[in-house]
Amino acid sequence: MIKISNTVKFLAVLILGSLAGIIGILLLVSRSDKETRRGIKQKGQEFMNKIRSAREPAAEPNLKKISNWGNYPQVQVKFHEFEDIETLRRLVDQSEQMIARGNGRCYGDSALAPQVISSLRYNKFLAFDRDKGIIRCQSGVLLSEILDVIVPQGWFLPVTPGTKLITVGGAIASDVHGKSQHKAGNFSDHLIDMEIMVGDGSIVRCSHTENTELFLTTCGGMGLTGVILNATMQLIPIETAYIRQESIKIHNFDHMMDIFEESEDWSYSLAWIDCLAQGQQLGRGYLMRGEHAKVDELATVKQRQNPLVPKKRLKLNVPFNFPSFTLNNYTITAFNTALYLKHPNDVVKSIVDYDTFFYPLDTVQNWNRIYGKRGFTQYQFILPKSVSREGMHRILNRIARSRRYVPFVAVLKLYRQQNGYLPFGIEGFSLALDFAIKPGLFEFLDELDQIVLEYGGRLYLTKDVRMNKTMFTQSYPNVERFINNVRDLDHGHKFKSFQSDRVGITQ
Amino acid sequence: MKDVLILGAASDIAKAVAYKFAGEGCNVVLAARNAARLTETATDIKIRHQVEATTAEFDALDFAGHAAFYEAIKPKPDVVVLVFGYLGDQKKAQIDFAEAEQIIDTNYTGAVSILNIVANEFERRRAGTIIGISSVAGDRGRGSNYIYGSAKAALTAYLSGLRNRLAKSNVQVITVKPGFVRTKMTQGLPLPGPVTAKPAQVADDVFKAYRKRTDQVYSLWMWRYLMLIIRNIPEPIFKKMSL
Ligand SMILES: Cc1cc2nc3c(=O)[nH]c(=O)nc-3n(C[C@H](O)[C@H](O)[C@H](O)COP(=O)(O)OP(=O)(O)OC[C@H]3O[C@@H](n4cnc5c(N)ncnc54)[C@H](O)[C@@H]3O)c2cc1C
Ligand SMILES: NC(=O)c1ccc[n+]([C@@H]2O[C@H](COP(=O)([O-])OP(=O)(O)OC[C@H]3O[C@@H](n4cnc5c(N)ncnc54)[C@H](OP(=O)(O)O)[C@@H]3O)[C@@H](O)[C@H]2O)c1
Repeated sequence: MIKISNTVKFLAVLILGSLAGIIGILLLVSRSDKETRRGIKQKGQEFMNKIRSAREPAAEPNLKKISNWGNYPQVQVKFHEFEDIETLRRLVDQSEQMIARGNGRCYGDSALAPQVISSLRYNKFLAFDRDKGIIRCQSGVLLSEILDVIVPQGWFLPVTPGTKLITVGGAIASDVHGKSQHKAGNFSDHLIDMEIMVGDGSIVRCSHTENTELFLTTCGGMGLTGVILNATMQLIPIETAYIRQESIKIHNFDHMMDIFEESEDWSYSLAWIDCLAQGQQLGRGYLMRGEHAKVDELATVKQRQNPLVPKKRLKLNVPFNFPSFTLNNYTITAFNTALYLKHPNDVVKSIVDYDTFFYPLDTVQNWNRIYGKRGFTQYQFILPKSVSREGMHRILNRIARSRRYVPFVAVLKLYRQQNGYLPFGIEGFSLALDFAIKPGLFEFLDELDQIVLEYGGRLYLTKDVRMNKTMFTQSYPNVERFINNVRDLDHGHKFKSFQSDRVGITQ
Repeated sequence: MKDVLILGAASDIAKAVAYKFAGEGCNVVLAARNAARLTETATDIKIRHQVEATTAEFDALDFAGHAAFYEAIKPKPDVVVLVFGYLGDQKKAQIDFAEAEQIIDTNYTGAVSILNIVANEFERRRAGTIIGISSVAGDRGRGSNYIYGSAKAALTAYLSGLRNRLAKSNVQVITVKPGFVRTKMTQGLPLPGPVTAKPAQVADDVFKAYRKRTDQVYSLWMWRYLMLIIRNIPEPIFKKMSL
């Protein structure tokens, strides 16, 4: 109340003040001689012109400077939106060198091209069968919006990545996965069907059994087959919105692998490792595993009364880019060590709401700004199980020796083989490392690529911003088939991204 | 569960209002010309908010059809939000009366025609809320859009009279005066950022006014003070300004 009355007072003073000002100027003007009057008038006109020109529409209204989650690269693109099929078809007919874009949560340049077609306004739910748990929606719907609808009605996404702020289109195009990959596979494994607008403007439906070639090329196909329009998904039933979680302290890499194997029956598992630990301690960290909690497992009466509706949580924000010195070797080492030491020695069991378990990072909006305005990238690679230990050892050692390129967080996960023509998943371990971008980093990552290649591993495209053509074509086994399929669909390569050109798919 | 009837539901502001009320647990009827194009919107609202959402054919200029239109709405609404409007082309309206007529008839005559019917029914029931979207343009005539402005001024006056009449009958009448809003109506116009609202902000203001039973509200709030200044500029000065 007090605050409001203060604003009102402030405004009253402001208004009275400006009125007095206007009257004063008018009085002055009427009394002064012609010369001064002309002067004042000219100044006034200049001022008005300035205001007017600031209000002029830009010559090219669609031009926009954008970047994806890593804030690198930032590029000026023609940014288009659509709400209906006719508008989209016109865009597809008229544009060249375009790529669809969802919520820009990929890290690099997968969703960047000279022309960007945003799906964010194409975001309607089309049908929801709450008995069977089947939902159909347009591609611009966010996973967070789906969760808002389905969780209170007792359903959950079978696959969800570490952020819920991505679109259905983006989830399919990157064929995303989450903590359930080892059991539930990837996003596309739970698709019933989808529709795509391909390069000639026609709409094609595809699924695991219909137009399968298009389906397999589109899932994980990074938007290169066309614009995904809508999808039908099978959900999984839940009793509560909570997860029964166990967090286990891990002392070294062997221990880590054992616990992952031991946790294979758990629906969800993921580990964080201290990427700066060396020698005997390499691979230390902690592993989290979880199951959807049943009502009688809930911790409090409050939770049991309303098991599908957890309490709303506070949102934090990083309001601006941090200066680049914030994250340096010392702060990062301290942070990693603290995370490890802080964890109690045995298993910590708890009941947490699904946001806490799946999306801890989403509570801090714009956290990518802590890397400063030069941005960051995530180096996520996977190695076959049998060589994971050795390969990761070499990579982490190489990083430690560099002393210059220090990853901030490192996330480890066990995978199973994935479908599609550009599958990231193989039976093995993946490690994701976040690096602030600085001069020399990309050359350094080229060196790491050699190690990954040597062990038969590969990099995750949706996180990549710098992999070269050789690395890509040598590490992904079905590249040729993928490229042929894309070319058959879209002869002139209307759909392309900076990434697809760089890794040689569309160039 | 309240039932809300939205008139001119294809407008960007109207859609935002529909989602807002549905999000607060109200059923909505989306009434517009060519209502079939709103079927997907209605389905989306139903799934997102687990409320009823239907569409109805409505033309503000079909005065003769308004009684039958309102008769067919079942159940009878608790809230009617009038959003339709027509900015038109001022220059054209100065030389072509048909354009002036469409501006006046859409913003004013059509509103009177349908709201008379709604008001009588609400008065009989001694319940209900009527929300009319007028405009700051109605607060003072300006050279660049006074035909639209005068029609909105008439709507504002109509709503205030209606409020006065229905106060005795427990019927709430709310006048909403948006400033600049980024919508289809203003597409391509250079609008000054800080005082330009998104449709969702207007919808929030509308809902807040409904919940608090406010009589008149500007959206965004600073328009109240901007218009205070603009209304108080003396006419001899005002007439020389290019606005
Ligand atoms: C904090 C964080 C955590 C993450 N965790 C994970 C994780 O655990 N597992 C995981 O797999 N990924 C993870 N990601 C990556 C993210 O899930 C993917 O990059 C996802 O594709 C982003 O979706 P988006 O809607 O933002 O799409 P964008 O980033 O805009 O686009 C990504 C790709 O999808 C294509 N695309 C988008 N929409 C369409 C469409 N309608 N039609 C055709 N193509 C389209 C684009 O062309 C581009 O190639 C994470 C990202 C962040 C920021
Ligand atoms: N945008 C602003 O800056 C602004 C500022 C102040 C006030 N307003 C007012 O806000 C309201 C909504 O406008 P908006 O900005 O959302 O613009 P809008 O999208 O152009 O909405 C205007 C709507 O009115 C409908 N309409 C016009 N004639 C009609 C008729 N004869 N019968 C039925 N519907 C008719 C249009 O329907 P169709 O879709 O069928 O054409 C359209 O949906 C209007 O009353 C406007 O005057 C807007």
